[in-house]
Amino acid sequence: MIAPSAYLLLSAVLFGIGVVGVVARKNVLIILMSVELMLNGVNVAFVAAGSYLGDAAGGVFAFMVMTVAAAEAAVGLALLIALYRLKETIDITELKVLKW
Amino acid sequence: METVLFILFGAIAVCGAIMVVTRKHPMASALYLILTLFAVAALFVLRQAHFLAAVQVIVYAGAVVVLFVFVIMLINVPENRLPVERATTMRVLGVLAAGIFILESAVLSRRFWMPKGPAMAVGTVETVGRALFTDYLLAFEITSVLLLAAVIGAIALAKRKI
Repeated sequence: MIAPSAYLLLSAVLFGIGVVGVVARKNVLIILMSVELMLNGVNVAFVAAGSYLGDAAGGVFAFMVMTVAAAEAAVGLALLIALYRLKETIDITELKVLKW
Repeated sequence: METVLFILFGAIAVCGAIMVVTRKHPMASALYLILTLFAVAALFVLRQAHFLAAVQVIVYAGAVVVLFVFVIMLINVPENRLPVERATTMRVLGVLAAGIFILESAVLSRRFWMPKGPAMAVGTVETVGRALFTDYLLAFEITSVLLLAAVIGAIALAKRKI
């Protein structure tokens, strides 16, 4: 029998690695993948909590998070294609038109 | 047995995630992302969430990662024009903050109490379907609006001229 805290810890580690990817990388594609990692880490916590507490909401919320992740990937990659057509770069530090 | 499988797939997921954020070329990251997603799907099976594991493999490893690979090949950035990663102060601080977050949650999760009963099958087709079409019907219907908005938005953004 695995302790619930093991799942929560794994979820936090996956989320933390995703945060590192978002904060420390410059490549927009890898930043989008790190966001997927973060959402997946949250899903681990939802499924574990749902199954330990015996509540169907855990599964439903994980399902909703997966839907949002798919929508986010589609819109994010469309934005990336539009940006690449305009700027010819995937370096996030060069995309600073809105930066004051 | 369960503990061995949990440690095995947890280690695969964490190592894959580390490889995702450290590889230089996005294609390598995408392939390691598939590894991580499959390991997380295996963890869902360990928690009796068979339906969610199947959805994880089909939607994430199938659709989302294929979309990533498709875009990587479509824009096809040459090797010498990939962004050069340098360790600036802000980045190092960000990595430190993420490390502190992981440590904090390691401490907190030990205090988090959950009943240690037998695993309830909350991620099977029956339980998820019943909950989706009764208690969470409105949220489920609104999800379809979200997906429609995402489809229209993606087309409108990526098309040259509408």
